[in-house]
Amino acid sequence: MRVLSVRELTKSYRSGGEPIKVLRGVDLDLASGERVALTGESGSGKSTLLHLIAGLDAADGGEIILDGASVGALDDAGRAAIRRERLGLVFQQFNLVPSLSVQDNLSFQARLAGRHDPAWHTELVERLGLKMLLKRYPEQLSGGQQQRVAIGRALAIKPSLLLADEPTGNLDEDTADEVMALTRDLVTRTGCGFLMVTHSARLAAMLDRHVHLHAGRVA
Amino acid sequence: MRRALWILAVLLSHWRRHPMQLATLLIGLISATALWSGVQALNQQARSSYDRAAAIFGGARTPMLVATDGKMLPSSVFAELRRAGWPVSPVVEGRVQIDGRSIRLLGIEPFSIPKEVGDAPTVGRSELESFLTPPHRTLISPETLADLGLKESAAPRLSNDALLPPLMAQQQLAPGVLVVDISDAQRLLDKPGQISRLLVGKMSGKLPPLREFAAGRLQLVQPEAETDLERLTDSFHLNLTAFGLLSFVVGLFIVNSAIGLAFEQRLPVLRTLRACGVSARQLNSVLIGELIAFALVAGLVGLVCGYVIAAALLPNVAASLRGLYGAQVPGELNLRPEWWLAGLIISVAGALAAATTSLIKSMRLPILSTALPYAWQEAQRRWLRLQSSVALAFFAAAGLLLWFGQSLLAGFGVLAALMLGAALLLPAVLQLVLRLGERGARGALAQWFWADSRQQISGLSLALMALLMALAVNVGVATMVETFSRTFLVWLDGRLAADIYISAADEAQARDLQAWLRTRPEVQAVLPGGRAEVQVAGAPIDVLGLPDHDTYREHWPLLQAGDNPWKQLVRGDAGFVSEQLARRLNLSLGDSLDIPAPAGDWRISIAGIYADYGNPKGQVTVNVAALTRRFPATPMTRMAVRAAPADVPGVIAALTDKFGLDGRNVVDQATVKQESRQIFNRTFAVTGALNTFTLGVAAIALLTSLLTLANSRLPQLAPLWAIGLTRRRLAEVELLKTLSLAGLTALLALPLGLLVAWCLIAIVNVKAFGWRLPFDVFPLQLIRLLIVTLFAALIASLLPVLRLARMQPADLVRTFTIER
Repeated sequence: MRVLSVRELTKSYRSGGEPIKVLRGVDLDLASGERVALTGESGSGKSTLLHLIAGLDAADGGEIILDGASVGALDDAGRAAIRRERLGLVFQQFNLVPSLSVQDNLSFQARLAGRHDPAWHTELVERLGLKMLLKRYPEQLSGGQQQRVAIGRALAIKPSLLLADEPTGNLDEDTADEVMALTRDLVTRTGCGFLMVTHSARLAAMLDRHVHLHAGRVA
Repeated sequence: MRRALWILAVLLSHWRRHPMQLATLLIGLISATALWSGVQALNQQARSSYDRAAAIFGGARTPMLVATDGKMLPSSVFAELRRAGWPVSPVVEGRVQIDGRSIRLLGIEPFSIPKEVGDAPTVGRSELESFLTPPHRTLISPETLADLGLKESAAPRLSNDALLPPLMAQQQLAPGVLVVDISDAQRLLDKPGQISRLLVGKMSGKLPPLREFAAGRLQLVQPEAETDLERLTDSFHLNLTAFGLLSFVVGLFIVNSAIGLAFEQRLPVLRTLRACGVSARQLNSVLIGELIAFALVAGLVGLVCGYVIAAALLPNVAASLRGLYGAQVPGELNLRPEWWLAGLIISVAGALAAATTSLIKSMRLPILSTALPYAWQEAQRRWLRLQSSVALAFFAAAGLLLWFGQSLLAGFGVLAALMLGAALLLPAVLQLVLRLGERGARGALAQWFWADSRQQISGLSLALMALLMALAVNVGVATMVETFSRTFLVWLDGRLAADIYISAADEAQARDLQAWLRTRPEVQAVLPGGRAEVQVAGAPIDVLGLPDHDTYREHWPLLQAGDNPWKQLVRGDAGFVSEQLARRLNLSLGDSLDIPAPAGDWRISIAGIYADYGNPKGQVTVNVAALTRRFPATPMTRMAVRAAPADVPGVIAALTDKFGLDGRNVVDQATVKQESRQIFNRTFAVTGALNTFTLGVAAIALLTSLLTLANSRLPQLAPLWAIGLTRRRLAEVELLKTLSLAGLTALLALPLGLLVAWCLIAIVNVKAFGWRLPFDVFPLQLIRLLIVTLFAALIASLLPVLRLARMQPADLVRTFTIER
């Protein structure tokens, strides 16, 4: 089943008064359970594409169908709802809530969406190896531990699609491999689609498919 | 030098990128300097007026010789002393009545007046010829001339039929004083060949001892550091200063918060500069230089604002000082260069004090930063522990001052220690409340709400502490003023029980008035009274004579009384004392008091203690017949009249027609009450204005903290938006958080404010004025203040919250973006 469909997507920014075309008509499809790496050189528009899919930014043209809903047709509240209930987001800087403990960070989005599943929560804690860290706060964790919490938070809602923007960019190679392995297992367990932006060909090779962006288009 | 300028340019670039932070810093410094210097301007203006009054021909500022028994001296002593080399000059002093108004008369001898008594002698010398040659001159201030409704060159007749020399207005002269040649004064006061005292100039060489003159009756009185007027008005000025200081501290909180944030944000730049070879000393010198430059600019603007504030408040302050203490303060500001200089110094000192912690951190800055992220939990816990310990130390100091302190300053010390202790304890108390809230929270958003509020306390604590202090002072002062207002009105009804008050031009007119009034059917009673002024225990007190009548028996505001107190008064050996006099002399019911009377001490027993709010002088009330027996020279020109309220205008109109009395000689009770209420209201209008300013500065502190926090909050809010909270919802939650923190602070400020009110009523008022008010709580007033606080917090948080609600997704996305 197709979870994501992107057609003729365009996006430009203004810099110094001049428009810069970042995406020049991107087409992309992603099925449930499929794991896709999105690569490309700096400035090729990888993160922009991810942000547009997540409804964090608005496209200039084209269409994004996420889980049957047209993201471009939704208003701010609709886009927020789709992120809350169907999307998992993981960022390079982890972006945990510093005032909440690991336990509360993990369940935060699921409870916000009204989809908190205690059994799944417990399973996530165990699989991510966070059992001993539940009472700690983000600042008391290492980078790898923080990223595991971020992945747990994103998967706690059992999303249709998990979007990750350089999730291992701040981690050393061993930790990055460990985090990737965990993510792949959990994505398989939930059956959601997985789209990951990365610079690393090694990590890209770990996933099912590899999409390369060049000059704003899928190469 | 070039290197320093380059470093400065690098540091200044931060402010170009963060103009709001620069605005915060400058607003803090401007508010602090403006309110402090505004209050200082008012104090300086008042003090220079007291100096003007004190310098009049040797007031308390000049050494003088007086008789040891307090009586007059023979004029011959002056000649004897001059011959022996003593640089003395005689003065005769007394009071005269013009149109029923009592005015101080000074007689001077212009040739011998020493230069050291100030610029006052020039008044006499400038017009020496006309002053000394017939018909002589009476020097008078333009204000007094206007008050008396007279013109220059007029020669008014006194109550004893004597004629004053023609009046001559003198700008330099203090109001309420007439100055004539000593021979004229002796004639007018009927004291031929007598002098009141001798002013003493600069003494040089060995002088014969004083015991060789006037049969050893002479005593040298050294000048006093403070005049009576200064002593009486001390508490008023101390109040103003306390408000100025509070505003200054609140302003510095803003500065501290802005500098602290700027330091954190400039940390990477500071490290880079150090890594590039800038020494710690040079870096700190430039940082201090930058701060001083800002402080000087803000100080100048603050001084201008302070001038505007002082000019706006001066008319009310002048009216209060005139109404409460009879002190004449002109309605125009005339500031000395020292005021401007002091304002700039206080701005620079305040900025440096507020920046101390940041500067110390910068001095100890390691070039290599640690990899650990800023551990807010740990840091907050450490600070909370330290702050709470300091708070407890302040509470202990308050307790010690309360127990051992006797002075007014100790009273203010108790207040300051209590407020600082409570302010320092506030973050810990808020932490506790928010933690409890977090525990009870259901739902992710509610949990985040409490947890994030807890985390935000670090950033907002200074602003919240400022808010707590401003609110507590507001509650305290408002409670005190409301209590005072209600008590004052009841007291006023008691003190002004009669319906008309008359002051006759002389005793003959007084007798005519009484006779005429007794023939009028609408007049229910005529109540003649009298007043004498004496010195008891080194301070002036009034002895008030009242007739034995139901009007007083039923209304006089007695706080304590023995059996049949009014009957005791009629016997002539008992009196009532005012509360402030009872406290000052430690008098209780049944004690006795010796009043110095012309024929010897008059011993009275205390039959009652009564409220006498607003009167800086002590007062004793006795039966009027007993007063005239003991003080035969007391002019019996005052009387009160009872009449039905409807008949009062008719009686006054008839009095005006028949006796030529006007508003200065006859007033109805309603007018006196209205004037008293006006004085009261104007006095507290100043307090109210300063209260509002302080609350305004606290609101600015909250606004600036929220604005500076807004940017650093973005990385915490953007992920929430990313996982599905709309910007509007986030803005609502942010608003609710600020309102909750402000509301919690306001709730905590209420008991603190009531404690402040108790301190003001039970400690400060008693020490400052000598009377104590009942302690009442006004719930509606507290609710109103809570609403005002929430409204102020709403206004303060509206701008950052609206910015968040309208923030472009691109700005939020930037938080996550490493590249596009």
